[in-house]
Amino acid sequence: MTNAFTEIAFWTLSAITVGGALGVIRTQNMFRAALLLVVSFVGVAGIFALVNADFLAVVQLLVYGGGVAVLVIFAAMITTNVAEGNRGTDTQLFGLVVSLALLMALIFAVVQAQWTLLPDDLPEPLAAAFMDTPAAIGRMLLNQFVLPFEIAGVVLLAAVIGALSLVRER
Amino acid sequence: MLERLLILSAVLFCIGLYGALSRRHVIAVLISIEIMFNAVNVALVAFSRYITPAALRATGEVTAVAESTLLAGQTFAVFVIVVAAAEVALGLALVIATVRTKNSVDVTEASLMRR
Repeated sequence: MTNAFTEIAFWTLSAITVGGALGVIRTQNMFRAALLLVVSFVGVAGIFALVNADFLAVVQLLVYGGGVAVLVIFAAMITTNVAEGNRGTDTQLFGLVVSLALLMALIFAVVQAQWTLLPDDLPEPLAAAFMDTPAAIGRMLLNQFVLPFEIAGVVLLAAVIGALSLVRER
Repeated sequence: MLERLLILSAVLFCIGLYGALSRRHVIAVLISIEIMFNAVNVALVAFSRYITPAALRATGEVTAVAESTLLAGQTFAVFVIVVAAAEVALGLALVIATVRTKNSVDVTEASLMRR
C-alpha cells in the first residue's frame, strides 16, 4: 500500500462524504436530498474499505446505499410533492451555533488527547486479524456477542411488524 | 490517520446535527439522523483499527491480543447499522401515518399523536 495512494483516497472520499452530507441539508428538493445521501453513504463505504473494514464497507453499500436509500426515496415520493419545500425552522441559528460549538469541542478533544496508536503497518498476527474480517466478525457474533445478536433479530422483527401495523389501511 | 478520521466523523456528526435541528421536513430530519449514525460508525471503525488494545499495552506481546478485541469496534458498528435500519423503517412508517392523519410533513406542526 503506497502512502500517496492512501492520502489521495482519503481526501477524495472525505470530500465526497462531507460534500454529499452538506448537499443533503442544503438542497430544497427532497428527491435530490435522498440521492445526495446515497453519495455520502458510498463515500463512507470507501472510508471503511480504507481502514481494513471490508465487511462493513459491503454492508454499508447494501443496507444504506440500497435499502435505506430506497425507503427514503419512496417515503419522500409518497408523502410530498418532492420539488416543493424543505424549509428551515425558526431554530436555524440556534442549530448552527450548537453544532459549530460541538464541532469545536470535538476537534479540540481529538487533537489534545493522548492516543496509543497501532502503527500503519501492523505487526504480523495483528495484520492477519484484519485480513479476514467477515469470518472474524461472524465468529464474534456467534460467540461472545450471541445475546446481542439474537436481540438484534428481535428488534428488526418488532420494527417490521410495527411499521406494517402503522401504515396499514383501516 | 486516527485523528483525521475522528475529525471527519465529528464534521459529519455536526452536519447531521445541524440538519436535524434546522429542517422542517420530517424526512429531512430522519436523513440527518442517518448521517449522524454514519459519523458514529466511522469513529468506531477508526478506533478499532488504530487504538492499541489494552492487552498489548500491558504485556507488549502481539500474541496476547485476541482478534475479538481488535474487531470489537467493527462488530459494534454492525449492531449500530442494525438499529439504524430498524429506526429508519419505523420512522418512515410513522411519517406516512402522520401524513395520512394531518396531511403535513412539517415537524413543527406535529405536536399530537392522535387525530
